Amino acid sequence: MDAILLQILNGLDKGSAYALIALGLTLIFGTLGVVNFAHGALFMLGAFCAVTVQKLLSLSTITLDETQKDFLGRPLEIKTPYVESWFGPETGSLIIDWSVPLAILFAIPVMLFIGYVMERGLIKHFYKRPHADQILVTFGLAIVLQEIIKYFYGANPIPTPAPSAFVGSFDFAPLLGLDTSLAYPYWRLVYFGFSTLIIGAVFAFLQFTTFGMVVRAGMADRETVGLLGIDIDKRFSIMFGIAAAVAGLAGVMYAPINSPNYHMGMDFLVLSFVVVVVGGMGSLPGAVLAGFMLGILESLASLNEVKAVLPGIDQIIIYVVAIVILLTRPRGLMGRKGVMEE
Amino acid sequence: MAILEVKNVGKRFGGLKALDNVNLSIAENTVHAIIGPNGAGKSTLLNCLIGKLIPDTGSVMFDGQSVLGRKPFEINQMGISRVFQTPEIFGDLTVMENMLISCFAKRDGAFELNALASVASQRDVIEKAEHMLEDMKLMDKRHMHAAAMSRGDKRRLEISMCLAQDPRLLLLDEPTAGMARADTNNTIDLLKQIKEERNITIAIIEHDMHVVFSLAERITVLAQGTPLVEDTPEKIKGHPKVREAYLGESQDAA
Amino acid sequence: MFGIGKRDSTLLIIVAIMALFAPFILNPFPTGSAMAQFNAGYPDLMQRFVIFGIFAIGFNLLFGLTGYLSFGHAAFLGIGSYAVVWMYKLLDYNVIPGLFLAVIVSAIFALAIGFISLRRSGIYFSILTLAFAQMMFAISYSDLIGRFLGTTITNGETGLQVYTSDPQILIDDWESVPHLLGIVEMRSTYTLDAGAWSFDFNAGYYFCAVILLIMFYLAIRIFRSPFGMMLRAVKSNQQRMNYTGLNTRPYTLAAFVISGMYAGLAGGLLASMDPLAGAERMQWTASGEVVLMTILGGAGTLIGPVLGAGFIKYFENIFAKINDNVLHSWFAILPDGMEDFMVTIVHPFVGKGWNLTLGLLFMLVVIFLPGGLVEGGQRIGRVFRRRDRNAGSVEADAAKQRNPAAE
Repeated sequence: MDAILLQILNGLDKGSAYALIALGLTLIFGTLGVVNFAHGALFMLGAFCAVTVQKLLSLSTITLDETQKDFLGRPLEIKTPYVESWFGPETGSLIIDWSVPLAILFAIPVMLFIGYVMERGLIKHFYKRPHADQILVTFGLAIVLQEIIKYFYGANPIPTPAPSAFVGSFDFAPLLGLDTSLAYPYWRLVYFGFSTLIIGAVFAFLQFTTFGMVVRAGMADRETVGLLGIDIDKRFSIMFGIAAAVAGLAGVMYAPINSPNYHMGMDFLVLSFVVVVVGGMGSLPGAVLAGFMLGILESLASLNEVKAVLPGIDQIIIYVVAIVILLTRPRGLMGRKGVMEE
Repeated sequence: MAILEVKNVGKRFGGLKALDNVNLSIAENTVHAIIGPNGAGKSTLLNCLIGKLIPDTGSVMFDGQSVLGRKPFEINQMGISRVFQTPEIFGDLTVMENMLISCFAKRDGAFELNALASVASQRDVIEKAEHMLEDMKLMDKRHMHAAAMSRGDKRRLEISMCLAQDPRLLLLDEPTAGMARADTNNTIDLLKQIKEERNITIAIIEHDMHVVFSLAERITVLAQGTPLVEDTPEKIKGHPKVREAYLGESQDAA
Repeated sequence: MFGIGKRDSTLLIIVAIMALFAPFILNPFPTGSAMAQFNAGYPDLMQRFVIFGIFAIGFNLLFGLTGYLSFGHAAFLGIGSYAVVWMYKLLDYNVIPGLFLAVIVSAIFALAIGFISLRRSGIYFSILTLAFAQMMFAISYSDLIGRFLGTTITNGETGLQVYTSDPQILIDDWESVPHLLGIVEMRSTYTLDAGAWSFDFNAGYYFCAVILLIMFYLAIRIFRSPFGMMLRAVKSNQQRMNYTGLNTRPYTLAAFVISGMYAGLAGGLLASMDPLAGAERMQWTASGEVVLMTILGGAGTLIGPVLGAGFIKYFENIFAKINDNVLHSWFAILPDGMEDFMVTIVHPFVGKGWNLTLGLLFMLVVIFLPGGLVEGGQRIGRVFRRRDRNAGSVEADAAKQRNPAAE
């Protein structure tokens, strides 16, 4: 029982990432009708925002201490990060320690900007072209983005630790009245909470603001909204920026869970597409639901008891579920009629 | 003798009754028009005939066989061809290729894995297609991409493709919608010519009364999903029920 | 000739001549000269040209004709390789039984995957094929079926290879590497030294080239057949097809299976040249690569995919060799500051940066030249021909060029 609970908890953080990426994909698809193969790259760029902020904050002056020698007998180099010299050692090291949460502040404008530029500069020209062309050009863009990151940051994963306050685990067992321990890393808890917050914010934004209302109306019937004299295109390009920011934030916060590498975007993208299809193309709640569902399912499938019966099922469970769902419910769990159908 | 027999057909979309107990019989070798105000259920009825929609109740018999539950391509192979409101042709292909596809569908049926036979070696099909194009005055355009033609020519090509299959019943869904007067008249002449030259039954849905009264031998008036009157064009012209149906609609619109 | 038109025969003959003389054509620079790094006439690379050419021709039969964009074709490539290596393990090093098995097994898998995936079209189809391929990658990478059955099927991440403990019931003493019916070993190479030049004639390459020619010929036949015309009709208007009494499903499924068989054959040939099979061949990046090749060369044209495959494999190889020293020697004529500047600018795009160049190139092609290299060539050709043609024939020409497959 506790093992199952633990797996469900473990599934939550991956599920959160799937849900956030799938949410952005669906927003873009629903509003702009574009299938964005570069969305995973946006997630990856977010993670590298965290890496960048951490590196920037750790920039140091190097002074030589002649009194101490390293093992080669040279004077010992003492690195003092600028932030420490500016704000004093204690505040400085605290800032460095909290670089990942700080990166959020950095990532929001950066990702909004990247998203906006991407839409205005490239995607805009592909609205009227076939879906295959959209897939191809965003696929090309994804390659370019990840190669650029690879050029600047190398091919190896870069460890990006969470603030030390979040190191360690929270034990759920006493809370649930269980005897055994049910340890769950603090940061994953934070990630889950953060994702729920973002998802809630996106839904609230769409539900309660005029902007969101117009966008939702546009998702349902673009032409009519256009006829009302509302400049729907402009709102949609802002929507693209928001979707990019959502993916980026998902990436920033994911950095401590899995050290970012340049191809992490593609790994998540493939699964996120499956999530979108399972949830139902164009359905925002469907994307979120399917994201968590598949994340948890994947986690449950990696239980030893399950693996003993079906070895390796955890690696293919998502695909199997996707295929079964598409065959039995072609529109996905919550898909609307008429989306992507002839 | 009736070639198409529609009995008690009903179709609902949620709470909306699109078709209600429709009975319709189309006699062989006639031109039968189905008219009615907007929302009368004309297109729904047509879609039930060709397998795009499945009615909730009733039966549709073509030449003694039920068409219900069959896929569009099967219904076509039974001998019903359809012309669409906006011409549906293979836009990326040439006019000749459009015609060839139709002729191959007639000769080889719904599927044929002739992946190694060359099109150029299929003399019988090529001759038939050329003959057809000649007949329909499209021969000089045969190397053109179908999408590059005028709307009137596209319609002509679409009708030719249907005729190449030697259908027993040709269904036309507002064949002159959105056409200029000259193109409309050309289409009327074309349909008249087809009627004279071929043993074919034509069912036509149309808004344009000029077209209807130039062609139809029988007219069914549909209103609110159910047939109101069926008669010859002369009798339909002054029929009080028909006036009511149409004028009632225009008053609503006003 | 061979039941195909004059223009197609000419094309086939040109490809045949190019393939035959490839060892000369691809090695235009004397060995040891500064330009020798641009030579591509060594066996390993030439084999890859033709094998990926076959892969791309097959992919194009599906995507180019029907417009169904599969993102999972590498699965069949992998299956083909596994099939061939299994035949090595069970029988002997003769490649022929393995190649037959590769084509048959990939056809069976394509039938199953296609049957399910083709229930949807558009983006759903792309994602379904992608999901299937990733699933098969995961299965092969961890040898899930093997573990489930308590044996070895794909040998997991190590990859499948031949061990001395394998049954190899037909093995002879002299056999140690893949060969063709005992006549010739795939690796055997004759080197012709002519002055400063040196040319390699490799048995494996010629074996693959002959198969490429056969597959290219079959592709021409399919393009020009009523079946091929129906596939283009699928791309153009499925609604009209249905209402013309044609069942689109078996047409698309047949195209999918044929194209899967091409991929399986290509995968089999990879293992015929080098007796190994690994799961990475099935990864979605490999599926993406064949998409790139086909689009870059020109989807829907006959020669495009072959050009695309050659182009990508050639530059992948050449670019990987260009390092900063090479760049410095190129820009040596410039003043020092300029030289360093140019090297810095170009550096990210060469060497390990080849994928960046490829990605950019691919985007440019999709944006500005949807017809790929073939369309590019035609545009250039048209500029030169325009002068001595009257307007009418240029128009007819343009109409043909918009859709070269239609001829």
